Amino acid sequence: MTSELVIQDLHVSVSDGEKEVLKGVNLTIRQGEVHALMGPNGSGKSTLSYAIMGHPHYTVTGGDILLDGESILELEPNERARRGLFLAFQYPVAVPGVSMANFLRTAVSNVRGYTDQPAPSNGGGKSGVVGSNLMPMRDFRKELLDKMDEFNVDRSFAKRYLNEGFSGGEKKRAEILQMAMLQPKIAIMDETDSGLDIDALRVVSDGVNKLAGPGLGILLITHYQRILNYVQPDYVHVFYNGRVVISGGAELAHQLESQGYQWVKDEFGEAELVAV
Amino acid sequence: MATTSDREALSGVKEEYQYGFSKPEEYVFKSRRGLDHAVIDQMCDMKNEPDWMREFRHRSLDIFLSKPMPTWGADLSEIDFDNIYYYLRPTEKQGKSWDDIPDSIKDTFDRLGIPEAERNFLAGVGAQYESEVVYHSLQEQWTKLGVIFLDTDSGLREHEDIFKEYFGSVIPPSDNKFAALNSAVWSGGSYVYVPKGVHVDIPLQAYFRINAQNMGQFERTLIIVEEGASVHYVEGCTAPIYASDSLHSAVVEIIVKEGGRCRYTTIQNWSNNVYNLVTKRAIAEAGATMEWIDANLGSKVTMKYPAVYMMGPRAHGEILSIAFAGRDQYLDAGGKVVHGAPNTSSKIISKSISKNGGRASYRGLLKVAKGATGSKSTVVCDALLLDDHSRSDTYPYIEIDEQDVQVGHEASVSKVNEEQLFYLMSRGLGEEEAATMIVSGFIEPMVKELPMEYAVEMNRLIQLQMEGSIG
Ligand SMILES: Nc1ncnc2c1ncn2[C@@H]1O[C@H](COP(=O)(O)OP(=O)(O)OP(=O)(O)O)[C@@H](O)[C@H]1O
Ligand SMILES: [Mg+2]
Repeated sequence: MTSELVIQDLHVSVSDGEKEVLKGVNLTIRQGEVHALMGPNGSGKSTLSYAIMGHPHYTVTGGDILLDGESILELEPNERARRGLFLAFQYPVAVPGVSMANFLRTAVSNVRGYTDQPAPSNGGGKSGVVGSNLMPMRDFRKELLDKMDEFNVDRSFAKRYLNEGFSGGEKKRAEILQMAMLQPKIAIMDETDSGLDIDALRVVSDGVNKLAGPGLGILLITHYQRILNYVQPDYVHVFYNGRVVISGGAELAHQLESQGYQWVKDEFGEAELVAV
Repeated sequence: MATTSDREALSGVKEEYQYGFSKPEEYVFKSRRGLDHAVIDQMCDMKNEPDWMREFRHRSLDIFLSKPMPTWGADLSEIDFDNIYYYLRPTEKQGKSWDDIPDSIKDTFDRLGIPEAERNFLAGVGAQYESEVVYHSLQEQWTKLGVIFLDTDSGLREHEDIFKEYFGSVIPPSDNKFAALNSAVWSGGSYVYVPKGVHVDIPLQAYFRINAQNMGQFERTLIIVEEGASVHYVEGCTAPIYASDSLHSAVVEIIVKEGGRCRYTTIQNWSNNVYNLVTKRAIAEAGATMEWIDANLGSKVTMKYPAVYMMGPRAHGEILSIAFAGRDQYLDAGGKVVHGAPNTSSKIISKSISKNGGRASYRGLLKVAKGATGSKSTVVCDALLLDDHSRSDTYPYIEIDEQDVQVGHEASVSKVNEEQLFYLMSRGLGEEEAATMIVSGFIEPMVKELPMEYAVEMNRLIQLQMEGSIG
């Protein structure tokens, strides 16, 4: 069955509840499709990403998010990850002291269900050894190193602390590596192409292309047409003021690139915004 | 309160004892609770100690009795000194059986993956055959190098000359009330001597040495590292040590001679009924390096501030201290560095974690004496609070009597960062697992200094400690 993420008339406020950032988003992403989402700064793209992944500071005040027909609003972020959602962060968070390898082994073990098994006991006792129900170290190591090679992440990063001291480009590549390891059904990639030099952009785009395929649906949030030269989107959506305002094909990205957002603002700007 | 005159009165009693038990094999030693000069004499008789040690113990007891209880730090008023056995023969200590060990402790052994063979030992129910075997084969290698690694009682018996020269020289009985108590009633602990220029390349583990004996309540450790020599000593283990006695008060004295190196690693995980009041101090001579790595997870109360006195030029002292306080625990840890010579350098890193209402404090002293020019010191203490009802305090004492020095002090208190939690959870980790990972990362600077097996167990232990702490 093809998985499907359906966002229905989604309204989201930031935690204090004062400010509504998403004002009725509608979007459907199926496995195998690549959607590009473009929109001006502050229009709510990251908010949409966080809301899909279940960030506690973003409160859904209306509408729904359905994965394969089931609402995921009540699910914790980790449960969403286990159902096959992935978010490549615009600003990946550093976790000092936690090695990439250790973190990824734990993550993969959760997402692939290893941790559902009880931990085996080592000595007659009834309780299992802490951490012994993770993916076997040897299998994990092999897979990680293979993927690091495939996605152009230096092997030395396995021992480095998660995102700590990574350059902007290294963080983005590490996000792609994580995505490759976690094998999601639907991935939201929030400006994974921002802050990359030309070579890194190619590496990241190659990565996305390798991962893209019938098993993966992608929502690619970007400001630039250039990544779309490498990654062919099936759909392009224009996001403005908390909503998807126009949807179309790849030609829409070119139009935005050459004309900017003024025409969108003219057409869809709310009265008070235009006045400002 | 007993005085010297009491002792004179008691010396007659002692003779009676000796007279009464003329046949050693029929000697029946009756342990009793409480502490007075008679108990000390019994102990010295039992151990057949030289007179100078007997004197030392009696003098220490007087000091112990005359010193008031410390009024700062944790509340110690519940310690009932009259209800403690101060000396038990090893055979008496082995009365415990596996069935006496609480299920919670047994369960923890399972979860930590402690091999069957080590469990009995850790639970204090008797000898551990394998560790004895390991110890004996290592012992041969050490002997060839002239390294001495014995329990302290044997150290005194077999190497009295060196022993006498250093014993009590770093921490005199008058240092504090609990050092005085230990000086009066000490038993067990390790005696380590590393000759000039010898590098002991595998860590000496107290764990190997303490075979047929139980963990002592009043252990006394003396480590002498001669010029240019080096050693790493490891005490404790990650598995919880089940103690039926509630007061543990050790003294550790270390002398590192010119150009020598000593690292002393402790993992303290006493059961949560124990008062753990320890005095640890090292003297580092010219160009010598002393490092304390000190992790405190267990006990009801811990008060422990390992110290390095840098007495020769270019000496270096380092203290890495960790405290993880959970429900009903008060861990008051930290360190002291004293710069007593020019161009000495030191670093203190303290990491504390508090959860479920636990309290972890950093208490540290940085002292630069007059004349210790060009000295440098950095102190960093970071505290992580896992909930709103836990507590962390910092008590940094700084005394600087010299102008030409560089001193840095940083302190931070933080909560588990929500963005980190969300990031980890978005990758499939449950909330508790994510918080555990953040905590493990927080103490990683310390864990990575541990020998491999300890590091693995330490991480498991942190996972166990974190269970049930979220939500
Ligand atoms: N946690 C928050 N607290 C307060 N305001 C927030 C929060 N998160 C988002 N906002 C506000 O919501 C609006 C949308 O922000 P968002 O980050 O979603 O925009 P974006 O489209 O991703 O922008 P960019 O292109 O710059 O990444 C902004 O006005 C922002 O200030
Ligand atoms: Mg954004």
